Amino acid sequence: MSKRTGRSVFARFAGLRELGIFIFLVAVVVIISVRSPVFLTLDNIHDIGLDAAILAIVAVGEMMVILTGGIDISVGSGIGLSGMIVALIIMNHWGIPPLVAVFMGTAVGGVLGMINGVLVVKARIPPIITTLGTMSIYRGVTFIINYTINKGKWVAADRFAPAFRTFTRDTFFLVPNLILITIIIYIIFYYFLNHTVTGRKIYAVGSNPDGARFAGINVSKIMFLPYLLTGMLVGTGGVLWVSRYTSAQTDAAQGFEFMVITAVVIGGVKVTGGSGSIIGILLGSILIGVINNALNLVRVSPFWKLAINGFIILMAVIVDKYIQESVNKTLLERRKI
Amino acid sequence: MKGKNQQLKAGSFVVQWEFILLMIFVLFNFFMSFTHSNYLRVTNLFDTTFIFSEKALVALIMTFIIITGNIDISVASMMGLSSVVLATLFRAGMNIWLASLVGLGVGTFCGFLNGFIITRVRLPALIITLANFSFYRGIAYVILGDEAVGGFPDAFLYLGRGYIGNSPIPFILVFFIVLAVIAGIILHRTKFGRTIYAIGWNEHTCYASGIPVDRIKLLLFTVSGFMAGLAAVFITSRIGNTRPNIATGFELEIITIVILGGVMITGGVGKMWGVVLSIFLVGTIRYGLGLHNIPGQYMLIVTGSLLIISILMNNLIVNYVEARYLRAMAALEQGEELPAEPPEKKGGDR
Repeated sequence: MSKRTGRSVFARFAGLRELGIFIFLVAVVVIISVRSPVFLTLDNIHDIGLDAAILAIVAVGEMMVILTGGIDISVGSGIGLSGMIVALIIMNHWGIPPLVAVFMGTAVGGVLGMINGVLVVKARIPPIITTLGTMSIYRGVTFIINYTINKGKWVAADRFAPAFRTFTRDTFFLVPNLILITIIIYIIFYYFLNHTVTGRKIYAVGSNPDGARFAGINVSKIMFLPYLLTGMLVGTGGVLWVSRYTSAQTDAAQGFEFMVITAVVIGGVKVTGGSGSIIGILLGSILIGVINNALNLVRVSPFWKLAINGFIILMAVIVDKYIQESVNKTLLERRKI
Repeated sequence: MKGKNQQLKAGSFVVQWEFILLMIFVLFNFFMSFTHSNYLRVTNLFDTTFIFSEKALVALIMTFIIITGNIDISVASMMGLSSVVLATLFRAGMNIWLASLVGLGVGTFCGFLNGFIITRVRLPALIITLANFSFYRGIAYVILGDEAVGGFPDAFLYLGRGYIGNSPIPFILVFFIVLAVIAGIILHRTKFGRTIYAIGWNEHTCYASGIPVDRIKLLLFTVSGFMAGLAAVFITSRIGNTRPNIATGFELEIITIVILGGVMITGGVGKMWGVVLSIFLVGTIRYGLGLHNIPGQYMLIVTGSLLIISILMNNLIVNYVEARYLRAMAALEQGEELPAEPPEKKGGDR
């Protein structure tokens, strides 16, 4: 009997993470919709969706990297570089369909991710150092490519084909393409992480690399995969970024990596690896989108955004830590009985 | 047998990372001196130290922090915040020296806050300082918005721009060298310094053997904030005005310098003179590129590549030394005796 109640307490704590974010999200939405009537209009929700979508896409990759105990802070620069490369290609070839452009971005990003992965797994350079290095390398390459091909100017809206300019906003059965792509990516990765052997191996490697090795998992292959996938998602996001803001700039998505990490950490992914769910990071991304949107609606000066983001991530990790501790305590108490 | 051990030692000096760094430094400057007639001009060389002196100050304490196996990503943001507080107080009419002191205090407090959260909540320093990286910078933006503050008195400007007497030696360079010597003595010649290495090798064992690990970590992060505050005073003085985005991206360069200087990111290995050498190497590379009118964006690529290549080379060297050591050990075991000296720590003197 006591065992059963113990388990239910544990189950309650374990499920709390996503529920907690959800409740917080609902609370924020209620408060803001009281303060600002515009907030819950369809137009505004549409805007929030578009703003949070690229963040949510990249967060999936970042989550997988953090699951394996690594970190990727080159994502912002990756978005800038892949967006710039694809933008420079398509500005002279208006015939390329937008979706093909997006896949070109995926390929470019895949290469960038592969570079990260090889450096981390083959050369055994710690992830933080690798991606700190590639963060500035990718950004520098973005500058140089833009400088040599485009004389350092923006690739502005008039250089793109109309179809590409409106691609993210165009709807497919009333859903904007950008949100549709995000949903498809989430469905794919939900299935991948929860229902495939490789997906489960990522969790296994993250929670105990030595144990995973003894269990016969090819740890270096599994460690490599998240970097590659992150790169591909970053490349996809990079082209979508160009389409969404209809310009490719050399400093695009600078500092975006911190937004992504915030979303992932708020989403309940353990920073030391091994635990986290895709639903959590979706909620985390939406929460950030909502807060950023709300700050504008409630007319908070944009200068507050950075501080608030930092504060949120700080609170999220601290609260998460205490939840973890109480879960562990419950587990221990259960063992005692 | 003893001869063999000594051979091993001599060999490991040649492959010491700091030694390689010294060679790179000498060769780089040797070749660069042919590419431009003004390269070796004394006033030029001294003046170029202005650019990296603030980073160098923070790199000293970052060395300690990375040797303990931690990292502080928020240093540049703390610099930004201190500088903004300093300037805002000055604009409000406070005496500049008092304002500098308050700025220093704000930096110290930020560092203390980092250390406090890291030791109390027991989360990786990486995540906490990453969060505070945007938090502190954010506060700097909140305070000053998109304004800039300048117009400091000459006495204050001397700190970051002045020379010692009539010589071409910058004041800040002398200040840095004094601090570097002190830091080197603390790290290599005191019990406290040995403790830093011990924590880097095995924090848990240190804790179990009665070393106040948490207090030391708290101290290091607090000093990191203090040094960031000090660097903020110098950079504010050198540039002559401040904006909330001052010192953005410095953390990358500072960490690069420390890692390039032979400090292992996983902790426990590193020497102060390696870091000082690496400061001057990075400084002269920047100077060389600048002299040849190469755009600053290339510096991003150079810094990033240096970071990755240095660790890559370091890994290769460690593998090589380890293989050598294992071979020597195997050869020794063929004879009767085991080596009298304890084996060098794994991956020891790079």
